[in-house]
Amino acid sequence: MPDKKRTVRVPIGPQHPALKEPESFMVDLQGEKITSVALRLGYNHRGIEKGCEERTYMQDLYLVERVCGICSHSHATAFVQAVEEIAGLEIPRRAKYIRTLIAELERVHSHLLWLGVAGHEIGFDTLLMYSWRDRELVMDLFAELTGNRVNYAMNTLGGVRRDIAAEQFPHILKIVDALEERTKYYIELAMTEETLAQRLSGVGRLSKEDAVRLGAVGPTARASGADRDTRRDDPYAAYDELEFRVITDDRCDVFGRAVVRLGELMQSYSLIRQILKQMPEGPIAVKAPLKIPAGEAVSRYEAPRGEDVHYVRANGTDKPERVKVRAPTLANTQSIAKMLEDGYLADLPIVVAAIDPCFSCTDRTIAVRGGRDSKTMGWEELVQYGVRWYRERGVDPSRIKVRGDESA
Amino acid sequence: MARTLWRRPGRMVPSLLRSLFRHPATTRYPFVKWVMPADFRARPVVHTENCIGCKMCVRNCPSGAIEIEPVGEKRFEARIDLGRCVYCGRCAEVCPKKTIELTKDFELAALDRKTLKVVYDAPPPPAAAANPEAGPERDAGG
Amino acid sequence: MTVGSAVLNILVFPGFLFLVAFGLAGEFVDRKLYARLQNRQGPPWYQPLADFLKLLGKENVIPEGADRPTFRLAPVFALAAVVASIFYIPLGSTTSVLPFEGDLIVVLYLLVIPTVAFFLGGWTSRSVFATIGAFRAITQVFAYEIPLFVALLAPALLANTWSISGIAAYYAGHPWLWLVNLLGFGVALVSLLGKLEKVPFDTPEAETEIVAGSFIEYSGRRLAFFRLAIDCEAIVGASLVAAVFLPFGLGLTPVLGILVYVAKVLLILGILALLRTLFARLRIDQMVHFCWSVVAPIAFLQILINLVVRELI
Repeated sequence: MPDKKRTVRVPIGPQHPALKEPESFMVDLQGEKITSVALRLGYNHRGIEKGCEERTYMQDLYLVERVCGICSHSHATAFVQAVEEIAGLEIPRRAKYIRTLIAELERVHSHLLWLGVAGHEIGFDTLLMYSWRDRELVMDLFAELTGNRVNYAMNTLGGVRRDIAAEQFPHILKIVDALEERTKYYIELAMTEETLAQRLSGVGRLSKEDAVRLGAVGPTARASGADRDTRRDDPYAAYDELEFRVITDDRCDVFGRAVVRLGELMQSYSLIRQILKQMPEGPIAVKAPLKIPAGEAVSRYEAPRGEDVHYVRANGTDKPERVKVRAPTLANTQSIAKMLEDGYLADLPIVVAAIDPCFSCTDRTIAVRGGRDSKTMGWEELVQYGVRWYRERGVDPSRIKVRGDESA
Repeated sequence: MARTLWRRPGRMVPSLLRSLFRHPATTRYPFVKWVMPADFRARPVVHTENCIGCKMCVRNCPSGAIEIEPVGEKRFEARIDLGRCVYCGRCAEVCPKKTIELTKDFELAALDRKTLKVVYDAPPPPAAAANPEAGPERDAGG
Repeated sequence: MTVGSAVLNILVFPGFLFLVAFGLAGEFVDRKLYARLQNRQGPPWYQPLADFLKLLGKENVIPEGADRPTFRLAPVFALAAVVASIFYIPLGSTTSVLPFEGDLIVVLYLLVIPTVAFFLGGWTSRSVFATIGAFRAITQVFAYEIPLFVALLAPALLANTWSISGIAAYYAGHPWLWLVNLLGFGVALVSLLGKLEKVPFDTPEAETEIVAGSFIEYSGRRLAFFRLAIDCEAIVGASLVAAVFLPFGLGLTPVLGILVYVAKVLLILGILALLRTLFARLRIDQMVHFCWSVVAPIAFLQILINLVVRELI
């Protein structure tokens, strides 16, 4: 029986060791059981979409890459694909293959990172240390292939910026072999380690119906049996020329999500081998115009965390008129509250971590229509409102010094 | 992946004990230096003696980190704010004279933002070029 | 016992100084082993001492609305109880500093006090995380304390004494009987993990769930003493287990005896370090279930075995 008097409200976040980014979960507890969860986004809005409108397409590439640190290639590729579609650019096949190679390596590093985070959330730090040690192999490979460990900056309008020499192939294959062996070990470990099963099985349940209804994407959806993967359903880059299996699982819990990610790792290794085998010769980029003709495009991309959608509207200048990013975490956040229903407080960290959240990528300003005090205003009106708001509180905004504006 | 495998706790014992006698994967970092691969993109260096002042780098920089200032007849000074730089290497790519180069020196942490503002002096004027003491470039970042 | 030797016993050996030094060294061994098992470098030997000194220099904060005396005294209680219990445990010989019939019960009682101090400290902190941590700590006590009692009771039954020194002396006289108590040894190690709040039983201070549990509001000197109390508790717990279950090398010269004792304690700490790398943290309900359905029955089985063995010899 829910007894209002005996519930304890626990604030998990915005600052909490279980969350790597600021996000708030107000949890009502009865004993150790969760009775309700209130989720709040919006602590880390960075205004990247607006920033994109102020910069040229070329500069935007490096800005959207920084939407997410882990899936930086995903956002850059999704964006560049949209712009290329508007401009009608057909990129060389070799560029497509290189983009796919980086994309799959990114999936490997992201899933290994997730495995470690999951281990840490359930107090299994050894798993964290081991999987992150193995992840270093991919990170070092990235430093070699792209020139950076995280923000690879591989994409450019009309292709990629760096070629991958045939001399580097054996090295990549060697690392893939080593990682495949490690991943097999983790799969065996996940299947047979009792304490892992105890903490992951049956935790954070999300039925297939709920996953579809709440719009879950990526491994979160696939672990609930929803068979959707943009790489297969709407192929981009070189995926239509490559063989792979979409991993799904019907366990519908955190354990299933781990199994799906481990399975996807194995698929990624096979994809990387195919890419290196089939890599066509030719140029890596075509020349792109500075000004993009008016038009709009939506680009879909299967990031490690799920489907990433970019919308770009061009107006004929060298800057986009509107850029909209739908990060996969936004699609998956809805399902967190469902997964936490009737769960334990102890399971909250792993349930949240199981969608592989990337909250800073997700944060946007939201206009609530029809709410009690809600109002939509334009830029000028907003400036006026801000000035008025401060005046009422005795602050004269005209006297505030703006950085860089020495004359004021 | 069979679903009914014999589960037991403590599956990691063998690999744990092996780790005990293996060399640690981590390094004693500040004492043992880490070297990045040759093509790594880190601290940009401007060889101002070749700069023609076209400002392609300034226009293309995604973060507005670079400034080129004329200091005399066909002589230009470059200022890079390493705190703003995103190390994408776009400047090096667009420079028609290839005066910008990204080194692999990645240890750029500083306690003061000001020390991240690096100035690459203009080359000495042709008359003073004979003076051997005026170096062509100065690294204020060090 | 003269006043001089009593002061020496309390302050130097086997009292405060020895226990603190050994506790910090034990923490180092634990952390280094933990790191090496995870294929990491691990800390340098002075890290525990450096951490302790750093915490001593940090600001002390007492949360508003906390019960100040309790909040202040909890770490002192914890440390004092741990240090007091070392006088009843024989180190490297068959007699402790103050042996008497029934000191086993006293030591077990003294070793519960730190957990009670964690509970009180957390409870008075007025933080919701500390409260949850405190409740988990006290829930856990009921899960591991009974198996630990029973596991230590079994060797006592066989030795027919309630004194730890007596038990050590008995097993030193019957060198092969320690093999009978192996099950109890395992139970004691598992219970020790629970007592020290280490993985998989670190639910009361689970970092990713309730940040630091009972200790969340503690800072500076008081946190330093709480941590020191835990370090010393590890040594005392390991010494107790070593004295009861590992009765080797007790009749040697004092110096050699101490060395053997140190080796035994380090062995136990090593096993604990290995155990805590192996598992995921259990939920509190799983922990209680595990202790009552697996650990406690094994402990009772040990009692049964010892009763039978006592009839046989």
